[in-house]
Amino acid sequence: MKTRADLSRRHFLGRALGAAGALVLSGCDALSQTQWFPKLLATGEALNQAAQHLIAPRRAMAQEFSEADLSPSFRSNGTAMPDNPQYAALAAEGFAQYRLEVGGLVEKPVSLSLAELRALPSRTQITRHDCVEGWSAIGKWKGARLAALLETVRPKPAARYVMFYCADPMEPNGASPYYESIDMDDAYHPQTLLAYELNGAPLPIQNGAPVRLRVERQLGYKHAKYVMRIELVESFAKVAGGKGGYWEDQGYEWYAGI
Amino acid sequence: MSSSESAAAPASVHAGSYLYYRHSLAVRVMHWINVIALTILFLSGLNIFSAHPALYWGKSSYTGKPPLFQIATRESDEDHVVGVTRILGHEFVTTEVLGAATDAEGDVVARTFPGWLTLPSDRWLSMARRWHFFFAWVFVINGLCYLAYSIASRHLARDLAPDASDWRSIGRSIVDHLRFKHPTGEAAKRYNVLQKLAYLSVIFVLLPLVILMGFAMSPWLDTLIPGWVDFFGGRQSARTIHFIVAWLLVAFVLIHVFEVIVSGFWNHLRSMITGRYRVNSELSK
Repeated sequence: MKTRADLSRRHFLGRALGAAGALVLSGCDALSQTQWFPKLLATGEALNQAAQHLIAPRRAMAQEFSEADLSPSFRSNGTAMPDNPQYAALAAEGFAQYRLEVGGLVEKPVSLSLAELRALPSRTQITRHDCVEGWSAIGKWKGARLAALLETVRPKPAARYVMFYCADPMEPNGASPYYESIDMDDAYHPQTLLAYELNGAPLPIQNGAPVRLRVERQLGYKHAKYVMRIELVESFAKVAGGKGGYWEDQGYEWYAGI
Repeated sequence: MSSSESAAAPASVHAGSYLYYRHSLAVRVMHWINVIALTILFLSGLNIFSAHPALYWGKSSYTGKPPLFQIATRESDEDHVVGVTRILGHEFVTTEVLGAATDAEGDVVARTFPGWLTLPSDRWLSMARRWHFFFAWVFVINGLCYLAYSIASRHLARDLAPDASDWRSIGRSIVDHLRFKHPTGEAAKRYNVLQKLAYLSVIFVLLPLVILMGFAMSPWLDTLIPGWVDFFGGRQSARTIHFIVAWLLVAFVLIHVFEVIVSGFWNHLRSMITGRYRVNSELSK
């Protein structure tokens, strides 16, 4: 038999637990807003990168799939049409006037037309695109191997990162153009491409025409679309928000292998 | 008079009971670290899930087949928001629970899970990922320490591995559990067979599986042995398994806490804090 005291004690316990839970959750929300706590949490991400690079070789290849695995249509995410008059002008002429500028810490800067890019050694691969949100899509990509382009421009020894500057502004007034960066190991990886074809057709605008980066083994936001300029740098600390990419500046990890 | 006497009496002779040292310091510390880590992993995991609240079976999300499970928000004709949940092609209206909820201003807005069930309480993918991956390390390191300790100290062999008499008593233990009847006296010092099996399946099946399925979602770890993820049905299947196992762990916790409550809440709580568990020796006779 439960006495009234027992029942009221249980009632009290339930309420106390609820109140304590709410307090802890709002405490966690307050911690998320501080400067120092997210930095502490970010040590977990540094560990992810160190541990993943330790156990998976830097040259390891991402899984490749068969035609049967292709997604019926490849999902467009982020920008579907850059809000940029220069880009619109290029697109109107089928990117005939497009030039990819490659410079920074290189011996021989170049400016390539789409035809010149297509003339570089290429690779075709069916890979899975994993978005940070959680979904995946499988597509067949053809593009110039970034390693081949780097052999043409000859990076200087000081070069540590490859920056990709894009045509799509991320704010309505044309500000905050998308950008990304990868390290030299990823840049020279055989599956890292400047892709100009998706599923056997020229890359559609919604998927990043005329050229997008493929950096398999990392999440979707690293795969910069609408690439206009490539720059080799020693550090990206002074570029935009200083975190090496548009989403990185919004709090996402620079290392997107997980 | 009698109340002052019993209050003054030493605990060890009170009502023929005594305190038994049940949980070592290491087990207690690791238990509570695990409580914190798993709670944060679950709540931040639900926030991460909110970024794309759909589950699929296969190598990708877009295979031509609809999702197995989806939480969505529908704007109906009268300009009001409806939360829906779709499971294997069946749709349920779940406003206020899943898909939509009333916000602080009294408006019904799109919301996958109620705010109290996610960390951070608002949808914030990048911050939820920081919490999730930091506490994933806490959880994995704590789990490895627990495994090493349990093997070295023989906690695993002595307290958790079922022996022959456990297997023989399994039928009676099921009936006892259903009648909320719990061992008393000396028998209460040992884990019963269902308890042992529950702990072992969590430690050696559910927890390793949830970690492995987390690894399977990492595009970098997928390169270890290309194709290993297909053994579990593909990356999106792995994500689905990760989600299901997370809820199985919640089910385990609910049953675990329920059993703690019905078999002596304060006694169990004390034993997981100070290590000492009260055994009523008279009741066992």
